[in-house]
Amino acid sequence: MTDAVLSVRDLVVEIPTRHAVLKPVDGVSFDIAPGEILGVVGESGAGKSMTGNAVIGLLDRPAHISGGEILLKGQRIDNLPYARMRKLRGAEIGMVFQDPLTSLNPLLTIGDQLSETMIEHLGISQAEARKRAIAALDEVGIPGAADRIDSYPHEFSGGMRQRVVIALALCAEPSLVIADEPTTALDVSVQAQIIALLRRLCRERDTSVMLITHDMGVIAETADRVAVVYAGRLAELGPVAEVLGRPRHPYTEGLMGSTPAASAGRARLHQIPGSMPRLGHLPAGCPFHPRCPKAQDDCRTDPAPTLAACNGRAACWHPVNSPESEAAE
Amino acid sequence: MSDASQGASRHTDASAEKPTPRSRFGRAWESDFAWKFRHSPVAIIASAVALLIVLAAIFAPLIAPVDPFDPGALNLMNGFTPPGTPNAFTGETFLLGTDDQGRDVFSTILYGLRISLFVGVSAVLFAMVLGVTLGLIAGYVGGWVDTIIMRIADIQLTFPSILVAMLIFGIAKGVTPVEYRDQMAIWVLILAIGLSDWVQFARVVRGATLVQAGREYVQAARLIGRKGPAIMLRHILPNVLSPVLVIATISLALAIIAEATLSFLGVGAPPTQPSLGTLIRIGQGFLFSGEWWILFFPALTLLALALSVNLLGDWLRDALNPRLK
Amino acid sequence: MTAIVTVKNLTRRFDVSKPWLNRVIERLPKRKLVAVSDVSFDIEEGTTYALVGESGSGKSTIGKMLVGLLDPSEGAVEIEGVNLDTETDRARIDKVRSDIQMIFQDPYASLNPRWKVRDIIAEPVAARGGKTQGLAERLLEQVGLSADDAGKFPHEFSGGQRQRICIARALASEPKFIVCDEPTSALDVSVQAQVLNLMSDLKDDYGLTYLFISHDLTVVSHMADTVGVLYLGRLVEEAAPGDLNARPAHPYTQMLLDAAPQLDGFGREVDPPKGEIPDPINPPPGCAYNPRCPFVVDRCREERPQLRPFGAGRVACHRAEEVVARMDKAS
Repeated sequence: MTDAVLSVRDLVVEIPTRHAVLKPVDGVSFDIAPGEILGVVGESGAGKSMTGNAVIGLLDRPAHISGGEILLKGQRIDNLPYARMRKLRGAEIGMVFQDPLTSLNPLLTIGDQLSETMIEHLGISQAEARKRAIAALDEVGIPGAADRIDSYPHEFSGGMRQRVVIALALCAEPSLVIADEPTTALDVSVQAQIIALLRRLCRERDTSVMLITHDMGVIAETADRVAVVYAGRLAELGPVAEVLGRPRHPYTEGLMGSTPAASAGRARLHQIPGSMPRLGHLPAGCPFHPRCPKAQDDCRTDPAPTLAACNGRAACWHPVNSPESEAAE
Repeated sequence: MSDASQGASRHTDASAEKPTPRSRFGRAWESDFAWKFRHSPVAIIASAVALLIVLAAIFAPLIAPVDPFDPGALNLMNGFTPPGTPNAFTGETFLLGTDDQGRDVFSTILYGLRISLFVGVSAVLFAMVLGVTLGLIAGYVGGWVDTIIMRIADIQLTFPSILVAMLIFGIAKGVTPVEYRDQMAIWVLILAIGLSDWVQFARVVRGATLVQAGREYVQAARLIGRKGPAIMLRHILPNVLSPVLVIATISLALAIIAEATLSFLGVGAPPTQPSLGTLIRIGQGFLFSGEWWILFFPALTLLALALSVNLLGDWLRDALNPRLK
Repeated sequence: MTAIVTVKNLTRRFDVSKPWLNRVIERLPKRKLVAVSDVSFDIEEGTTYALVGESGSGKSTIGKMLVGLLDPSEGAVEIEGVNLDTETDRARIDKVRSDIQMIFQDPYASLNPRWKVRDIIAEPVAARGGKTQGLAERLLEQVGLSADDAGKFPHEFSGGQRQRICIARALASEPKFIVCDEPTSALDVSVQAQVLNLMSDLKDDYGLTYLFISHDLTVVSHMADTVGVLYLGRLVEEAAPGDLNARPAHPYTQMLLDAAPQLDGFGREVDPPKGEIPDPINPPPGCAYNPRCPFVVDRCREERPQLRPFGAGRVACHRAEEVVARMDKAS
């Protein structure tokens, strides 16, 4: 895909430590098309946030990109100097994090923060910026936007703050928004509001979204395509209804089975035994094999399967629900 | 849960363990703390200097050429001998020279160190026990108990600690009979410095206790029916000790300096039991008549001791701070 | 079946005033937050009762009052017929206390980092002077860990394993009733499934009674025999999970069910709920949900609805009949 807004190729992130070099992200590739919402789902420590941070150039030292490339609208951005990347972050890539307070400056009013971003990236006048800031707050559903524009972040509730963050992320009209667990800290009812808002605004502006979350339900309802991450690698990638509806990777199938559903009643939950291996202690072969019910000898000995080596959908030597596996039965 | 899945779960977790050396020493050597120490030249040098000084003080009677407090060993003719040169009358040579009484400066420093270190360590221990106890109680019990303890601490903080120490020293001197004054001086010094120093222990422990008391393992202990003292001692205390260790180290340097200051001002260790501060006081009288070594070497020793302990404390604070990892 | 836990008109107020001196200088009145307001329910022996609600619903406060970590401002908790606040017989109090245990939300904060796992698990028994020889090892194996783990420290375990250790500790004193305060909300889904299954198994093996506190309606539906829905400190609906999911009678329950993301809801367009949870210090008069409720009438703004029997469960809504009728018509 050459028209992709974001294109990540064989991304590797390394953290050198005393004992070993850890690879929290190891050979991840994906594209995000214009206006598309790509869900990135995985358990804690799977490397999903690290992937997002690599894209926006906000890796905490000593973590660094050690391989692969990241292209934004065909331009490489993984090797940009800090100042250029900073400029790009507001203008071309918007960010929404789990804790709204990390994206907001507690000492500035929200109006100042919005205006500042727009003046810097859009080159408009102070008065124009203020007018647009009010419009932006109005659009994200802040009641009485014109009155509240001079309020400070702490004067808003958690849900309202996250709305402000979304306004801030979108005000410079970026082509891509990275949303890292944007609703994890929020109540269910507020989560529904925020997700609906994010979806509506991005659809109206044709903005692409990389939505990072651990919540399969949020992904199912929001994303167009989904990437399932396990131990720093992509386990499965494809359209959301296919991946979650008919998962081919045993890990995805296990995740879906272990998520309780209101409709399923008291039936025993399917469980994936064990827990994700810690970085630096990955088993040989497929990283999932110690927990995999379908593991065979080649899973333990052959090199770890990659998407590219396995038909591009599921990184698994023995996928479930695939045309071949069903033909064999 | 089926047995097979449990087995698998155990298997993955076991394989995730890094190989650890068997021996206790091996594990300690491999710990993050030891690793940080091995990679910090400042910490290594500072602890080497501090260790050297402490050993010298402990083994002073074995190292010192003469016992400076044995009047029989003194020869007034040796007075004012410069370092490293033979005395004009007796021909004796002293490494760091002698003072006006003919006492060997090197030996007086070794013996003075013992007093300084003893007072410093005892005062810090006293301040620590007092401060940690009050801090734990204030943080765990809360309410008006907390208010009273911390307001007393606040009030005390508004006075410079050296002033508090002098006040306590003065009162103690007033109430002790004259014949016991010299014997009591050291203990009064410890009390004075300790009492002026407990506040920072109390403050830090109270803060850490508030954090720990809100954690769920403390609630679990309360639920079981554990009483306040048991929870404070067995659950909370072990978890607030690392900041205490840092403060204790830095306080030690400050206590040694405080002792030296008090002794320098003449309200500390008596001339019969001179500490480093007393030596400096004696030495400063001769500074302008050219006998610089009487002041210089005790002062240099005090500087080396205080600086190395302080650097060690700084390093400990960084090494034990999880946020700086 | 008999009720092992009876909660009657339970109310808890917290003083959230500024410090005394500030109040005097700034002439502020005392401020009270009503975290739990007039809540009554029973838990049958051997069942799981779930409390579900969003932040500020008072669900954790109720849990803490049940185990005795907080005292009620009004109302009473009776466990095995004993009111721990008014009972004077020490022996009976001790007996009941040893029958109650709790599992906490954060597996990283609920184990003392300086204690060995063996001592952590045995503490409930050791605190009463019981025999602890081999106890921790036996319990560790029961919760799916290895007896060798007893000599390790908590930091050597993952979140899920720590929660198993917490469960082992809760079982040590052989309790009858365990309060589980969001036991899996800090865990990943695959690990959550392991812990939920373990809890179900232990309940069957030991005949335990659970109070299961959660913000997640789907987890609650999976675990509970009876679900109580809390909103702003009030119990608004109580029903079996099947009935609750099929025919929610309170508009708030309906909203919660609608808002919860669904695993098969690909591209589902939800009409997001309106408004936010009001400030619990100044709750709206009448029904606390009235500012957000699509069924609101004048009566809802004036009169607080009482919890009343409705179908097989109970509901606190003046218009429950209309709510259910509208839903039946829609489907």
